[in-house]
Amino acid sequence: MKALRRFIDKIKPHFEKGGKFEKLHSTFDAFETLLFVPNTTNKEGVHVRDAMDMKRTMATVVLALVPALLFGIWNAGYQHFLATGQEADFWPMVGHGFLKVFPIIVVSYVTGLAIEFIFAQIRGHEVNEGFLVSGMLIPLVLPVDIPLWMVAVATAFAVIIGKEVFGGTGMNIWNPALLARAFLFFAYPAYMSGDTIWISGLTSGEGIVDGFSGATALGTAVTTGNIDKFSFMDSFLGIIPGSIGETSALAILIGAFILIYTGVGSWRIMLSVFAGGFLMALGFNAIGSTPLMQIPAWHHLVLGGFAFGAVFMATDPVSATRTTKGKYIYGFLIGVFSIMIRVFNPAYPEGVMLAILLMNTFAPLIDHFVVESNIKQRLKRASVTA
Amino acid sequence: MENLLNIFVKSIFIENMIFAYFLGMCSYLAVSKTVKTSFGLGIAVVFVLGITVPANYLLENYVLKEGALSWLGEGFETINLSFLSFIMFIAVIASMVQLVEMIVEKFAPALYTSLGIFLPLIAVNCAILGGSLFMQERDYANIGEAAVFGVGSGIGWLLAIVGIAAIREKIRYSDVPAPLRGLGITFIITGLMGIAFMSFMGIQL
Repeated sequence: MKALRRFIDKIKPHFEKGGKFEKLHSTFDAFETLLFVPNTTNKEGVHVRDAMDMKRTMATVVLALVPALLFGIWNAGYQHFLATGQEADFWPMVGHGFLKVFPIIVVSYVTGLAIEFIFAQIRGHEVNEGFLVSGMLIPLVLPVDIPLWMVAVATAFAVIIGKEVFGGTGMNIWNPALLARAFLFFAYPAYMSGDTIWISGLTSGEGIVDGFSGATALGTAVTTGNIDKFSFMDSFLGIIPGSIGETSALAILIGAFILIYTGVGSWRIMLSVFAGGFLMALGFNAIGSTPLMQIPAWHHLVLGGFAFGAVFMATDPVSATRTTKGKYIYGFLIGVFSIMIRVFNPAYPEGVMLAILLMNTFAPLIDHFVVESNIKQRLKRASVTA
Repeated sequence: MENLLNIFVKSIFIENMIFAYFLGMCSYLAVSKTVKTSFGLGIAVVFVLGITVPANYLLENYVLKEGALSWLGEGFETINLSFLSFIMFIAVIASMVQLVEMIVEKFAPALYTSLGIFLPLIAVNCAILGGSLFMQERDYANIGEAAVFGVGSGIGWLLAIVGIAAIREKIRYSDVPAPLRGLGITFIITGLMGIAFMSFMGIQL
């Protein structure tokens, strides 16, 4: 550790103003602050004394994503061997999943960070930390069989159009990872929806058990009208087809505890998303005129990307609402719209991401009205005594 | 009743004037700098659409359409005045906008000055004429449906413009790259909002 610090201190002058590599200052700065908590303080303006700077916050989120990621790796292998009808042990499954998932993560990080560094150099600001999380979120919301070049294109779109044009990390209106998914969803629908994309090897069809269906639970519900094949327990544990990280509600729950315990994610948003979704599903249960309406409310919450969206996407502090009251409204509406799109829109049973994007759109508006009403209340309370 | 509700929801979300048809873009882009003024303009659009669509519905069904004049008696059944529909619709819209302008000037002078030229320009707002033409094309069954469609489209437009206005207020101090400041970033935001609104495409009501 000391040797590393000494090495950094030794090469530091080259990157300062007037040094040999002055132009690469932000690149150097990014690595230095990633390795060590910066020892510089503000000379003016706000002073926040907290060990949790942005890099540490982002690292916490990545840590919270690890259970979902590990489970996703295992599940990718498990589903593959299930589809091909082979018996396999634990490690071959993990090995197969790892070979499928790891390249996607690498592509996502390399593309995104390369763009971040280029922008930072050109615009002369520090490299933003935000992509540490987005780069992990993007692979987790994609199907395992996605071609790698699509991952790169979507990541580039999300980082440039979703984030950098607004001024970088902390300024974006929409969640970049969700934009990446939505972009792929509308640009290459054949690779983002259907029965065969969720399990590796199913698209090519080699050695697949006859009559094996790789459709997700929601996809099955749309086409055949029942989800008996997917028990509640299976969906909760996550041994069902789906995007890499979204299947296991259990792993996501562990992540949720990490986020709530460290105070990084807002429990208000998570709670209200689940509440909104549950109530909406309960209402649909009461009507119950289509198969999707008949799925029990608690089952709705563990299917598709609902849990993943609620815990990791909706709580993104940048694109969510900022006021306390606003968080409840925002979360509740996400839950309501997710279930509504899922039930009403046969084209997009996986409607959670679109519901969150929709509410990201209106988050500033919700904040605006919460603040306005607050101002009004306070004005009423304040009485001028002459 | 259910039918009216369907038309209402459809015109707000699924067939949103801005995100599905990109109608009424000029004032949408120009007046969306603050939530307050855009809310005022949105209300004006709701009002104008809510009146002009049913008014034009009457005009269409009792004057312009082929055989619409049959209530005048024998011999009028073959008259088809639909070639006049554009000019008649615009005349109705222009007079309604005049009315709104007078009301706003009288009761909300602050809003009147902040809206400026865009208030009279509602008359040529594509969303308004679009509303009347959609009404004609879709052949609504009665005046109630036409009125609900008009109000619904107006609310959809209002939602879009206050949504983007709130976003633009939020990013006012963001470090947007210089060439994109102003209209450039607004177009990008509109496109991304369109992606978010795609969630409603394909819903069958």
